[in-house]
Amino acid sequence: MGAVVALDALLHERRVWRGRPAPQPPSAQPTGFAALDVALPTRGWPESALTEVLLPVDGVGELQLLWPTLARLSQAGERIVLVAPPYLPFPVAWQQAGVDLRQVQIVEAETRDALWATEQCLRSGSCGAVLCWPQHVDDRALRRLQVAAESGQTLAFACRPLKASANPSPAALRIAIDARPSQLRVLKCRGGLAPPHPIPFTAH
Amino acid sequence: MRWACILLPQLALDGVLRRRADPDAPLALIAGTPQRRVLRAVNPAARALGLRAGQSLTAAQALTRDFALAEYDPEDAQRWHRFLAAWAYRFSSLVSLRYPNALLVEIEASLSLFGPWPRFEARLREELADLGFRHRIVVAPNPVAARVLVNAHDGLAILAEEPMRHALGQMPVERVGFAPEVATAFSRMGLRKLRQVIALPRDTVARRFPADVLKHLDALLGERPQPLDYYTPPDAFDVRIELGYEVESHQALLFPLKRLTSDLAAFLAGRDGGVQRFVVRLEHEDHADTLVPVGLLSAEREPAMLFELARGRLEQAQVPAPVRGVRLLARELPVFVPAHRELFDERPQQSMPWEQLRERLRARLGNEAVHGLRAHADHRPEHAWSVESDAKAGPAPPTAPRPGWLLRQPIPLREFSPQILAGPERIESGWWDGGDVRRDYYLIETRWGQRGWVYSPAGETGNFMLHGWFA
Repeated sequence: MGAVVALDALLHERRVWRGRPAPQPPSAQPTGFAALDVALPTRGWPESALTEVLLPVDGVGELQLLWPTLARLSQAGERIVLVAPPYLPFPVAWQQAGVDLRQVQIVEAETRDALWATEQCLRSGSCGAVLCWPQHVDDRALRRLQVAAESGQTLAFACRPLKASANPSPAALRIAIDARPSQLRVLKCRGGLAPPHPIPFTAH
Repeated sequence: MRWACILLPQLALDGVLRRRADPDAPLALIAGTPQRRVLRAVNPAARALGLRAGQSLTAAQALTRDFALAEYDPEDAQRWHRFLAAWAYRFSSLVSLRYPNALLVEIEASLSLFGPWPRFEARLREELADLGFRHRIVVAPNPVAARVLVNAHDGLAILAEEPMRHALGQMPVERVGFAPEVATAFSRMGLRKLRQVIALPRDTVARRFPADVLKHLDALLGERPQPLDYYTPPDAFDVRIELGYEVESHQALLFPLKRLTSDLAAFLAGRDGGVQRFVVRLEHEDHADTLVPVGLLSAEREPAMLFELARGRLEQAQVPAPVRGVRLLARELPVFVPAHRELFDERPQQSMPWEQLRERLRARLGNEAVHGLRAHADHRPEHAWSVESDAKAGPAPPTAPRPGWLLRQPIPLREFSPQILAGPERIESGWWDGGDVRRDYYLIETRWGQRGWVYSPAGETGNFMLHGWFA
């Protein structure tokens, strides 16, 4: 029988993982989908952080997922920047979704400049949300975006192909959208375990 | 009125030194005929090597060879003189260039804005030091006395007549601005201080010396007003820096560029104006100049911002030959309206306002790279949007659901027989402007689960063209 170790001292050394850290303060950025909010540890988008949206193919609902947030931010007067979107945003549809187009700015850029522009927009802190479509990015570039989002206290969304889910990512939240059946899978969320079951996604 | 005289003892040398990346390296300005080159001015490092102004170049090169040479250019010194007048104009509306190498600035009216004189003086000195000009400053009740006193003093501030007479009386006769032969005559008469000259009876001075002497004495003592031409700032900014060597990389151009943009900012602050468009001209030996235009959406004058934007444009410029000189031209100088800021800003770390960010993005990505989005009341999808933010934002016409993403060019749908969810919706419009469109639009779902917006020519079903995604 060795020396008796007080339980408090053992915990204090942080050599024992206690399973569940202190609950995170609730996010001020609800996603607009009640089922998704409940599943996330912060009850909303992680604030001042990068969120990855992973898509199997184009046009399976990334806008349906983001529109409620963008509409809420733009109506609150926050600026929304789309950096090098793959298609043209069709104004009528965006207006129908409630987005105030006066707050939407589009930055046209080549692949390399797009990352730079995204980082500048995030770091400046003058935008409410920044959306980007990075094509071939490595872990380092994503980390830069994550740090920029933190320093600018801005919501960052990166839409990437689903095959990127095999690689680790520094994003605070990773959500994969499945088309059939239409559902959301949370692959990673900072501050808690990812919910094991997919969340039905019935926006269509 | 109170006059500050700012004497610039080595204006020409400072004008050359501030263009150099290393101002502490030995440097001498040379002048004179090709047969007899003479050192015109030397900086402290060169003086430490034993060089003196007035030495012949041969004698200097016999002493040492470790110093740089630059040609003395009277035009250049005058240009700096005017530049400093533009700088001083922001502190006072009465600035005079009457004396070479000196600025006369009326300060009494400016004191209520720039604080008591010691604080004002400290600010002048700090800004002059930042601009890279050595200086001496003296304040006196009249401009001539200020100019004379600055010959012997630095930092003197005389506000009343009596102490001014006393201080002037202490000045040696050689240094109060008389013609050399007059000064020699006085000193040969045994009059070494100005006090003794003032004490002479006026009629004897008038008899023995030219009329200018009494006039100058009266002006010195403030008994005769001295008319001055006041400086009026020019309406354009045009400064050129000649590089003494050929530059091939843009890195080496950044230092002169920074000087130019900060000079531009100082000039704009003096005018209380901004700049919306300026041109950086890169001069080559035997090619036409390369023009690097820098355009801004709104008038700006922040030195760091001007430099960064000019740098962004310069980095993308391609030059056909090495660069020999840089010139900055700004002709459009609109009124500067400071940006509106919120008193209680919600974001604590808001380091850069959107306007500045937008200029930065445009500088690197191109003028058209950042734009807003507007809806047009048109049924044709191609015409239902515009990038211009000035367009009237009409309410969208009530329509069937439209896709969030629109393809720039419709492409043939790869899938042969997609599942049709809705449609057709006939869009037929535009016969009046040549963009005639007759299409049936369908909402389809591909086998991947994507919802697309496709059309086929009116009346057909098949040969679908993909035009958008309901993402």
